[in-house]
Amino acid sequence: MNNSLAVVLIASGVAYGTPLLFAALGELLAERSGVLNLGVEGMMLVGAVMGFWADESFHVPTGIALALAIVVAALAGAVMAAVHAFLVITLRANQIVSGLALTIFAGAAGLSSYLGNDLQLSDKPARHAFGPLLPKALQNLPVVGPILLGQNILVYISWILVVGIGLYLTRTRPGLNVRAVGEAPSAADTMGINVTAYRYAHTLVGGALAGVGGATITLALTPQWVSGITGGSGWIAVALVIFAFWRPGLCLVGAYFFGALQAVAPELQARSISLGPTVLWTNSLPYLMTVLVLVVAASGTARRRLGAPGALGTAYVREAR
Amino acid sequence: MRVGIEQRLDRPRWLVVAVPVGSVVAAFVLAAIVLAVTGHNPVSTYKQLFEAGFLQQGSLTQTLTVATPLAFTGLAAAAAFRMKLYNIGAEGQMYMGTIVGAGAGLYFGGRGGPSVFVIGAMVIGGCLGGAGWALIPGVLRAFFNASEILTSLLLNYVAGLLLTYLIFESESYWRQTTGFNATVFPTSKPLPGSAIWPKWVLGLQGGLTVPLGAFLAVLCAALLWVAYRRTRFGFEVQVAGDSERAARYAGVRLRRKVLAVMALSGAIAGAGGASYVGDFSHALDGDPNGLQKLGYGYTGIVVAALGRYNPVAVVVIAFLLGGLENAGNTLQGVDFPAGLVGVVQGIILFSVLGGELLTRYRLRVTWRQHAPKPAPAPEAAA
Repeated sequence: MNNSLAVVLIASGVAYGTPLLFAALGELLAERSGVLNLGVEGMMLVGAVMGFWADESFHVPTGIALALAIVVAALAGAVMAAVHAFLVITLRANQIVSGLALTIFAGAAGLSSYLGNDLQLSDKPARHAFGPLLPKALQNLPVVGPILLGQNILVYISWILVVGIGLYLTRTRPGLNVRAVGEAPSAADTMGINVTAYRYAHTLVGGALAGVGGATITLALTPQWVSGITGGSGWIAVALVIFAFWRPGLCLVGAYFFGALQAVAPELQARSISLGPTVLWTNSLPYLMTVLVLVVAASGTARRRLGAPGALGTAYVREAR
Repeated sequence: MRVGIEQRLDRPRWLVVAVPVGSVVAAFVLAAIVLAVTGHNPVSTYKQLFEAGFLQQGSLTQTLTVATPLAFTGLAAAAAFRMKLYNIGAEGQMYMGTIVGAGAGLYFGGRGGPSVFVIGAMVIGGCLGGAGWALIPGVLRAFFNASEILTSLLLNYVAGLLLTYLIFESESYWRQTTGFNATVFPTSKPLPGSAIWPKWVLGLQGGLTVPLGAFLAVLCAALLWVAYRRTRFGFEVQVAGDSERAARYAGVRLRRKVLAVMALSGAIAGAGGASYVGDFSHALDGDPNGLQKLGYGYTGIVVAALGRYNPVAVVVIAFLLGGLENAGNTLQGVDFPAGLVGVVQGIILFSVLGGELLTRYRLRVTWRQHAPKPAPAPEAAA
């Protein structure tokens, strides 16, 4: 039963979806404060490579090495986000162009690949990798075993984050302030909220989460470093935030859905089932489905009712009110 | 001490030149720091880069093979970005250009038409392939309001998969199916002689080879310049880019403009694809480590942003960045890790972006002792 296609697909949807979930939650925080960061793909790659490097370099027990690797990945992602934050918040550069610049700078042909080559990380398996957290007996339970109980600790951390961010944005003072900053920065400023500080903080945390998402790939999902290993996950995460109408709970649903789509091709190949005419079709499915979902989410009345933060993508200039 | 930022009411002419130049200098200083931190000597690295890109025997010929596709993708990005239509799908549109362009070359070349006709068909085919692929995000944006940034980007991956599929995973028209090699390893069908684009050799650096595509890119830039500076269409596109609302009030039909600009942008990228096939690869390049690893479409965005979306500047920047990329490819090795050039490009782009602040605002330093109150707010310029 646990080997049936549906269970395996859902279980791998959760596993493949976790990097997307971390990155999407990070992007959600940044966007809720009004900062659009299209550099997710770049930040994920830098987090992925630095996390992998930390895992290789520290000679400490597995648990500590992995914890350090996640911290390093988060820091690396935050440093990348800081570049974007400085450009768009302090220097008021165009957020779209700056985000693209970040992806080009850090992405598959840039810093991440430079670091990977310079630190010689390619072509070897990770020394320590995340494995299932709970005891074997629980993992073997029918259905819930593989899907819920057989996952690694990062999956459980991401669940805590979903709940935590949801509560933060709706039930705490700083969370409400962030939403004010994202919707109407001048009103927030009038209330005495420090717009710049909020935007910096959330962009940096967003970058840290994208870094963790990247490290989830190189330390848990496919424990190795290959240049450009994210393969567009960062972009799917950006799309996911739109699809989720800027809500953390829906991010989780969307991430697992896209995760399952990414898992479809390898899983069907492993079982030598062909879905439709070609490999081409199954491989393109995650990208095409993302496009489709974007169209559905963006078209018509949906956008007006559950729209984006009002000030998303615009710099706040106090004098220019 | 306190540094304030205030809006400039005028934009002096010297600043428009000084700021980008200063930004590029700053970028090289920043990149030097990155190099030094990772244990490379910045001065000798820069010297090597410059020599391998522009000075060594034959380096300019190599630089042109990179600069030509970059000019096309840069122009493609510039055409769309000028309307604030962020088409980052030049990569995929270029792949579609190579597919249709190579298909046209194989088909018409195989029937033995004159070379001029075959090459013309390849260019048109490339343009159609690119424009068609770009119209997908165009339509989704115009009619469904879906972000063209994400849709155009995601389609890049699909186009890449299709490119690989045509050569490696199917018995397509583009694949060589006869001969011994074809049974051992999937290869693409070579273009017939009449579909191979001519080159001209200039007496520079012991023979500088200029491909037809380079001339086509310059022509394309000239046409784009005329279209955007001297026609009603270009004017409306620029108005729509600066203020969508103003354009709508003035009666500009925005949907049509979105579709037209996406098609134009895709067609330019597609022409670059046709040039890549006709000038350089001489067969459809389906290798995932071939054209798809070069990332011309993404570098084209850097080119366009550095050229401030001005077609003439874009061609010049494409040449300079082409030299940098070429040097990176030539030198790639243990002391010169891949990705370094991308880092340098990214830093240049960051500092030019950040530097733009100085053309719009001035920095005012106030010392607390002399001026206890912050400087009075200037009159709003807008």
